[in-house]
Amino acid sequence: MEQLLDILRELHPETDFETETRLVDGGILASFDIVMLITRIEEEFDVVIPAKDIVPEHFNSAEALYRLITRIAEQDD
Amino acid sequence: MLFPSWAFLLFLAVLVPVYFLVPKRIQWIVLLIANAVFVCIAGLLGAVFMAVTVATVYGATRFFDASFARQRETLAAMKATHTKEERKRKRLSFERRRRLVLIAALVVNIGILFVLKYGAAIGRITAGIFGTKAFGQDLALTMGISFYTFSTVGYLLDVYRESIPAERNPLKLALFTSFFPLLVQGPITRFETVGKSLTAPHSFDGKRFLSASLRIAWGYWKKLIVADRLLVAVKALCAKPDVYRGDFIFVEMLLYAACLYADFTGGIDITIGVGEMLGVTVEENFFRPYFSKSIAEYWRRWHITLGEWFKRYVYYPLSVSKPMRDLSKATRKLGAGVSRRVPVYLATILVWALTGAWHGSNLTFLVWGILNGVVILLSEELKPLYARFHARFPKLTESTFYRGFTVIRTVLLLSSLRILDCYGTVREAFSSFFSMFTTWNWGAVFRGGVQSLGLTYTDYAIAAFGVLAMFTLSMVQRKGAIRPRILKRGTVFSVCVLLVLIGTILLFGRYGFGFDASQFIYNRF
Repeated sequence: MEQLLDILRELHPETDFETETRLVDGGILASFDIVMLITRIEEEFDVVIPAKDIVPEHFNSAEALYRLITRIAEQDD
Repeated sequence: MLFPSWAFLLFLAVLVPVYFLVPKRIQWIVLLIANAVFVCIAGLLGAVFMAVTVATVYGATRFFDASFARQRETLAAMKATHTKEERKRKRLSFERRRRLVLIAALVVNIGILFVLKYGAAIGRITAGIFGTKAFGQDLALTMGISFYTFSTVGYLLDVYRESIPAERNPLKLALFTSFFPLLVQGPITRFETVGKSLTAPHSFDGKRFLSASLRIAWGYWKKLIVADRLLVAVKALCAKPDVYRGDFIFVEMLLYAACLYADFTGGIDITIGVGEMLGVTVEENFFRPYFSKSIAEYWRRWHITLGEWFKRYVYYPLSVSKPMRDLSKATRKLGAGVSRRVPVYLATILVWALTGAWHGSNLTFLVWGILNGVVILLSEELKPLYARFHARFPKLTESTFYRGFTVIRTVLLLSSLRILDCYGTVREAFSSFFSMFTTWNWGAVFRGGVQSLGLTYTDYAIAAFGVLAMFTLSMVQRKGAIRPRILKRGTVFSVCVLLVLIGTILLFGRYGFGFDASQFIYNRF
């Protein structure tokens, strides 16, 4: 989780990702950020997020995103 | 059938009572018949294309559903007897078959749209190269095809991704594809919201009827009082690029910005209002777009459903596709910053080129799309610079003055890009745009210039009043939706507001003998 928070902070240092739950709905993460984020997640976690999972509910909070990464990693195994 | 026509109002006047008088379980069938009438009046060829879309998308989505079910059963049965590798191979073979069916369905549906949109242009280009007679010059878009194709293809892709199950009743899919208010100029809708809402039973609700009538009337108000009036001047300015240059282009930019806003949002107000009248919820397509502080924000607030469609079905899948990821990895030696930007840059430019191409076959649209993408990427790259500026001058950048400045800057920027929409060639558009900086002719603009555009000073005054009304309502809307506030003050007050709207349309709208209410600008896309 800490690793993911670091990636998120790289993109938006001004945001408190531990508490924010409206990252997409609140306009903090735009489509540009989301693609950058997915590229970084692949680099760090070796997890590829498929297009069908790129929906606001998975990106609205760091916690939801972490759950998604964990789920995909488990499926890959 | 045009929204601003007596025929359309008569169509509604017959449909609405019938819809609420029949038993609820057949309401959706009444709506389907109404859609069929609407589509057939617009042209039988259009009805045939629509039927092909419904049939192919229905067949493909039912195939996907059956394939997912068979895949689950087969893999479950193989679990005890086969290796992980064998199960993976089996899964891939199911996926391959689904992909082939998807490609076939996409080729048919996007193919029809492609031929109708670009057939005539391709005919002219090949005729120019080979010196033959141009083919396909009578090809034209049928009613709503750009919009319903995108909506149904979105549904096709959602079922393919297993995000939603396939609809089992083909007539319900036909109802979603053909819902008549959406055929004029969208918005592009999603099956799991609008599709479901269309088939649900709806009771008549007087308050909702009044609320919907207010929205429809406001849509007509914008269209007939502002848009159709200003369109006369915009068309006159665009028709003579040799005459109207210099400061006339600035006037053109502003008039077109107001005209397009009134036209497109007015039409969508009518569409959503008609849906609401029938109890059907249609997605919003605008969120006070001219209050945006950047082009990227503007595109999240203008024609929202088209942007969402491209994001969901093109931008994200392309950005995370294997070739794009491989390309990103291959460029790692150029630095992390470069390799991470590769997917974003390529996907952004491609999506914007496609967005431009969606608007039409003219090269001007393609250039317009790509330029939008370039501006968005540039402002993304400049963000650190803006952040430093904001940190250096916090008081200034938080002031109302600065916010106003960013809003005006955005409107001017997007209006500059829209110049490409006004002319036949990119050269004409650029030449006209840059003449603003070389030719100073405000004198000519105000000494008879603006009067030569087909509008009188009274027309300009009425349009200016209309723009002021739209602006004021947008400002009021910032504090919450307006219609609930009107309705809260009672039925008599609400009916009075409705009558004032209708009265001013009858007095100042451009309609009736001697005037041709225009088709909506976005209907041609």
